[in-house]
Amino acid sequence: MAKAAAIPAGVAAKADSHDHHAPPQLKVAEPPKELEREPLVLNNRSLTWITDAIAGVCEKPMPKWWWPAFILSAGTMGMMFSLIAYLISTGVGVWGLNQPADWAWDITNFVFWIGIGHAGTLISAVLCLLRQKWRTSINRAAEAMTIFAVACAGIFPVVHTGRVWFALFPGYLIPFPNSNGIWPQFRSPLLWDVFAVSTYGTVSLLFWYTGLIPDLATLRDRATHKVRRFFYGLFSLGWTGSNRHWSNYEKAYLILAGLSTPLVLSVHSIVSFDFAVSQVPGWHTTIFPPYFVAGAIFSGFGMVLTLMIPMRALFNLHDIITTRHIELMCKVLLATGSIVGYAYGMEFFIAWYGGSPYELYAFKNRAFGPYWWSYWSMITCNVISPHFFWFKKLRTNVVFVWIVSCFVNVGMWFERFVIIVTSLHRDYLPSSWGYFTPTWVDVFTFVGSFGLFMTLFLLFIRFLPAISITEVKAVTPQADPHHPLGGAKGHHH
Amino acid sequence: MPQIFPKWANQLAPKLGLLAVLVGTVAMAGVTYYLTPKYTRVGYQPKQPVAFSHKIHNEQLGIDCRYCHNNVDGSWFSNIPAASTCMNCHSLILKDDPKLALVRESFATGKPIPWVQIHKVPDYVYFNHSVHVNRGISCVHCHGEINQMDEVQHAKPLSMSFCLDCHRAPDQKIRPVDLVTQLDWKGQVDGKQLVHDWKVQPGQSCSTCHR
Repeated sequence: MAKAAAIPAGVAAKADSHDHHAPPQLKVAEPPKELEREPLVLNNRSLTWITDAIAGVCEKPMPKWWWPAFILSAGTMGMMFSLIAYLISTGVGVWGLNQPADWAWDITNFVFWIGIGHAGTLISAVLCLLRQKWRTSINRAAEAMTIFAVACAGIFPVVHTGRVWFALFPGYLIPFPNSNGIWPQFRSPLLWDVFAVSTYGTVSLLFWYTGLIPDLATLRDRATHKVRRFFYGLFSLGWTGSNRHWSNYEKAYLILAGLSTPLVLSVHSIVSFDFAVSQVPGWHTTIFPPYFVAGAIFSGFGMVLTLMIPMRALFNLHDIITTRHIELMCKVLLATGSIVGYAYGMEFFIAWYGGSPYELYAFKNRAFGPYWWSYWSMITCNVISPHFFWFKKLRTNVVFVWIVSCFVNVGMWFERFVIIVTSLHRDYLPSSWGYFTPTWVDVFTFVGSFGLFMTLFLLFIRFLPAISITEVKAVTPQADPHHPLGGAKGHHH
Repeated sequence: MPQIFPKWANQLAPKLGLLAVLVGTVAMAGVTYYLTPKYTRVGYQPKQPVAFSHKIHNEQLGIDCRYCHNNVDGSWFSNIPAASTCMNCHSLILKDDPKLALVRESFATGKPIPWVQIHKVPDYVYFNHSVHVNRGISCVHCHGEINQMDEVQHAKPLSMSFCLDCHRAPDQKIRPVDLVTQLDWKGQVDGKQLVHDWKVQPGQSCSTCHR
């Protein structure tokens, strides 16, 4: 509360503006310039401007690029579903995985997409509890990304089971009494994964939706068309903005933030258990949970930047998603990228220090074996590229940031590929060594998952406010009665 | 602000929630009842090419199961008798009965009678008749009271849990080996003792049956 001293002054000033008997003028002391942070909404935009700018995106007709982008994405998504139909009707042999690499692109893609989601949860839950106000401009889109990424992630483990209908049949993935007289293996991290991911999906969806309710009501009230009014009205659940609604909303939001916070850590920890609990050299590593979580946040922020930078340019949202926001996200990339880099180093150290020749071999093979190209792609993208962000000049260069964010996405996909395939392709017995090569079905199914992701994201920016109107307003000076510009002083219209 | 929804819409959300719970419960219960072997397999009674009655042969005439299924205690497979087995008696009894025409034809030509298989475990299940029969598991446990059937029908579900129930508690079903084909035997026996004496250790791991 650095502004505590300003409170009496602010209150007095407010009283002053309503009082016509003109008592002695009280001057509001402006905070010293050097203590003022760069504002989160630039150009001192009014509350109305914020509503218009954000709601306008989904009210005005979509710009010309939207339809081609949507058709391309939906087509790519259709390709993925066709390939999945081909996979199910023919068998998992249409993929390139086989002994000894029984997991390959399928689980790589699963971990990749699940990881992407973590930025949304971190931004919405952890930064909310830590009262990081800068989250407000990016949390909505990041949460949407989380949900869409979980949807993409969920596809791969389900279809890789082969006879998919059994995976969905009660008793196989979901514990349920069945005519086989057996339960899923509760000691297996693969089952923990089912719970972790489904909990994650559910809580993320609830969190996202709860946050959307006041904004949906805004869109409902602004809607000019009957159908729009009906649907926004339906999903805003009768929100009127009463004190009781706000009070319930804030409580629910805080509870969900509390529920989501452990999920930031637990989901990817459990995903890492899929590997760490096994005894495969290269997987059986205690550093996996924290390393996976850091990697997930790293990849998630990479994807947030990849999407948000074009979005703010295309919809002219520079005043709300400011360079400061991008810079802060770059700092998160730098921090988590450094953790990931440290983990890569530590894995090698332990492989040597642990004294297990198999472990050491697995890591040597990773860097210098037949998959050396994937390992060094990973190192280039994940270890080297974030360190450009030590420099403010580069953090504030939006084009450069966007390029690096793409490198992060690529690098994090390679990380999972390296972990999964290089550890599996060399078994203990040289007779069962192999080399995994993806088939065209592998490649295009993965490409297709981006189609699903982008289709959902494009629909999201088409129909829902991509930035939280409510929460952005709450961090403006106007919303802060103690701020020199805040409260009902009437000079911010 | 104008009303978009009528007042009853306030009740809609909890009602829909309740409906979802009900539909979910009914769906789960439906799957459990209708999509399990207890429903899908029990009662299967195809029309057989020859109206052979187990009731007459076993119950009335007292022919032991193993007179016809004579390899059941020596093989994983319980054989279906060839027509020659039938003709041991039917060359003298009912030798011109039209109901037995197919049997005589099969005997003459060597072409098997096209019996319709009723009890069948999936291809990925390994099941051995002899190991069960030789350790006092009666025919009746899996095939039901065949001795009472004029036409054979699928009496037990033969689901995986059906197998496991017994593999988990063999003492409930075990009986002296000489009583294995006495399908209506209702006597008492110390199952635990037999399990112990015969060192019966029914496997419960996947590879016991899925080899």
